[in-house]
Order: sequence, then C-alpha cells, then structure tokens
Amino acid sequence: MTPTQLPDAEAALATLIDRMRGAVAHEAAFVGIYSGGAWLAERIAAALPGNHPVGYIDVSFYRDDYDRTGLKGGSKRTELPFDVAGATIVLIDDVLYTGRSVRAAINELFDFGRPECIELAVLVDRGGRELPIEPTYVAARVAVARNLTVVLSKAADGKLSLAVEAKAGAT
Amino acid sequence: MTRNPQLNTNGELTHLLTLEGLPAEVIRNILDTATPFVSIGEREVKKVPLLRGKTVFNLFFESSTRTRTTFEIAAKRLSADVINLNVSVSSTSKGETLLDTIDNLVAMNADMFVVRHSQSGAPHLIAAHLDARGHREVHVVNAGDGRHAHPTQGLLDLYTIRHYKQDFHKLCVAIVGDVLHSRVARSLIHGLTTLGTPEVRVIAPRTLLPTHVEAMGVRLFHDMASGLRDCDVVVMLRLQSERMKGPLLPSAGEYFKHYGLTPDKLAFAKPDVIVMHPGPMNRGVEIDSAVADGARSVILPQVTFGIAVRMAVMSIIGGVK
Repeated sequence: MTPTQLPDAEAALATLIDRMRGAVAHEAAFVGIYSGGAWLAERIAAALPGNHPVGYIDVSFYRDDYDRTGLKGGSKRTELPFDVAGATIVLIDDVLYTGRSVRAAINELFDFGRPECIELAVLVDRGGRELPIEPTYVAARVAVARNLTVVLSKAADGKLSLAVEAKAGAT
Repeated sequence: MTRNPQLNTNGELTHLLTLEGLPAEVIRNILDTATPFVSIGEREVKKVPLLRGKTVFNLFFESSTRTRTTFEIAAKRLSADVINLNVSVSSTSKGETLLDTIDNLVAMNADMFVVRHSQSGAPHLIAAHLDARGHREVHVVNAGDGRHAHPTQGLLDLYTIRHYKQDFHKLCVAIVGDVLHSRVARSLIHGLTTLGTPEVRVIAPRTLLPTHVEAMGVRLFHDMASGLRDCDVVVMLRLQSERMKGPLLPSAGEYFKHYGLTPDKLAFAKPDVIVMHPGPMNRGVEIDSAVADGARSVILPQVTFGIAVRMAVMSIIGGVK
C-alpha cells in the first residue's frame, strides 16, 4: 500500500491558527487533551489575540475501554484553571479518529460544571469516526490505514512533527 | 516456585495483599496513578466513572472507622456501588465460614472485596479461593490482616513521603513504637526497602520488637536521641492500650517519657523532618499534642492522600482480568 502522506505539523498548526483567528470567541478557554493537544493548546493560545485561559485534560478515568484494557499507566492531572460553568471552551487534540477521546473529554468537562459551549479543534482528521463527533476547526484531513496510529511529537526545541507508527494494542 | 498470588499470569496486579515481594515498578505505578486522583477531591463533582456498575464489598471482620470510611469514599468516588458488611455481627456469628460468605457474595455478583481480618492471611485465603474457583474478574484488597500487612496504609505512607521528600534514595526514615504488633510498620518497611530507601530505622523497647526484625533490612535503636538523629521522616505507631496491660510495658506514662514524640526529642531529627502517624493517635502516649498539631506534622494530609491511593489501587486492579 502507498505510504501515508502526512502534512508538516508546523505548517498544519499555522493553518489551524489561521482558521481559528476571528472565528473563536475572544475569551474562549483552550483545553488541550494530553499530551499532543496540550502542546497545541499552548501554541494556539500564544498565537491568537484575546484572553484565552489554557487548561489540560487527561481522559484516562473517562475512557470507554477500561473494562477491556484496564487503566494504563502515566495518567496526568486534569487542570482547568477557569470556571467551567458558563465558559466557552475549545477542546484541542492532535488527531481526531474514532471520536472516543473527545467523548470522554466532554464527559469530564461536565463534571466541572455546565459549559456555555464546547468547540473542537484538531490538527489532523483521519476519518473513521465511531461516534457522531465533528471538529469545528481542522487543519488537514488524511487517510491512514487502520493498523497505523498517527503520533504528534515535540522536539527539545519545541518543534512539532507528525509520524505514523504501528498500532500498539487498542486505542 | 509458586507465582506471586497478587499478580495474574501477565504480571498485572489483580489483588493487593501485601507489599512484600511486590515489584518496585508496580508500587511506583500505584503512586503515580494516585496523583491525579488527589485533585478529584477538590472538584465540583467528586467522581469519575471508572468503576460504574461495579459492586465493592467492604468486609470488616475487625472494627475500623477510618480505613473503612476511606475505602468507602474511594470506591464511591470511582462510581462503584459500595456495600458495607459488618461481618462480626452477621453471618459468621451464625456459624458460616469465611469462604461460604465469599461464595454467597460472589453469587450476588461482587466485583471486589476489601477485607480486614484479625487473622493474618485471611485475604490471601480469599484470593486463592477466588482464583481456584475461576473468578478471575473478582479482586481482593487487604485492608489489614492480623499482624501481617496493611498494604494500602503502607502505600499512602510512601505516597506522603514521596510528596514531601521526592526521592527515596537519600532518605533516613525512623519508625517508632510497637513494631511487634504493627502490620503498618511491616508494610511500610517492605515498601521503603523496595523503593531503595538507604536507611530505615526502628526505634522501640526490646519487648516491642519482633525477633529477626533486622532481617527486614532495618537498623535497631532503643533510644530516641540516637534513633531520631538526622532523620528526614518519623513515623509514629499507635500504642494499643491492650498491650499495656500485659508484661511488655510498665505504663503509658513511662512509655511516653522514653518513646513519646515531644518537641525536644523531635529536635534530634533534621529541621525539615516530617512527622507521620497512621491513626488513631493516643495523645500523651506515643505523641505529644505540640508535635501532632505542629508545623512538621503531615498526619492529616496522610488521610487525604489515603483516599487517592485507595482509588488508584481499586482502579488498577479493577481493570485487570
């Protein structure tokens, strides 16, 4: 099969920021899903004008595959340094695939309060949705074989890059 | 060699029975997992859905308020249904055996047992019985068995030490008091040595030390001045009043004079020492109020961390087949 064509992560991030500029609410909070989404949330908040609080969410305790795979190590602390009740929130993730992580993140947000509105921004949409979830802002759409996973990495100098890897277990 | 009964054939933790022989990476994973659970207690909705639809039975064959309550809170914050059975006043008093009680509760679709028992080894017996019956999806947590082990207390002590002191590899930890009867001390000593603590001391009168305690890798002291010198962590043990009636100790007052933790004795330790106690405390017997309520005391944070550590244990083993 043909090798997967992935966009350059930095160029895709610039595209995503362009699409969000002028479209997102001025005081919308940016909440990155660990770990790739967290890096993106920081970069997007720094690039866009306005007062955007940045939060981080780890969906480990809200995943729907706990009964099948158990709790994997490396859970991080969810940090939302703003009042979720009444907030406009942009959830940010690196790769949108089945939609299950986003579903878990939305559930977790509601345990902090009732947001006014939740939007979704992703760097890469690879299709394959298993839930009725669609991104509000997306930089690139790519086709990736089911047995591969798309991974965002951050270099020591902060530069982001995308790569495909063989899938390790269920996602 | 028989397999560690706490681990399944894939080496995953499926029961928590003792810290003895538990690999360091399993202990570290529990402590790491507990960290994000600490903040759940500060949320609007103090719950996550991990154990939704699961039923946890608290089986306390021996009385306990704090441990049972913190296990109950932990299970409820994981969204489990919790049934508290005060077994000492129910079936067993009518003659039912321990394993018959377990079989009946499994028939009610129990998913997890939290067991406290005055007999050392009772949680092992239950875990082995469940495994022999093929109930691999039913898990056991030891909440204290006899003089043997109290692994979640040991883990919360380790969590507290790591929270305040970060690295175990430079620490001197002194455990003071009734080590002979203390499952808390035994679990903590195993945990500390597994995580590479270079100096673990035990300070106690000779009558309250088990024989061969040195074999656990600790240094023995019989006086507080030398035992506490330059320590980073002091763990006080509860002196159970029933022990004082026997020949082991002269009197509570005499014990306090020699082994009670007062500000004067604590001054032998490092200035940034932390003072821990598993509770319930006997003020004026093993610890002075000035220390228990003082700036170096982390006794109440221990209780808060205990809930997060128990959530971590239950969520890790609850997801293992």
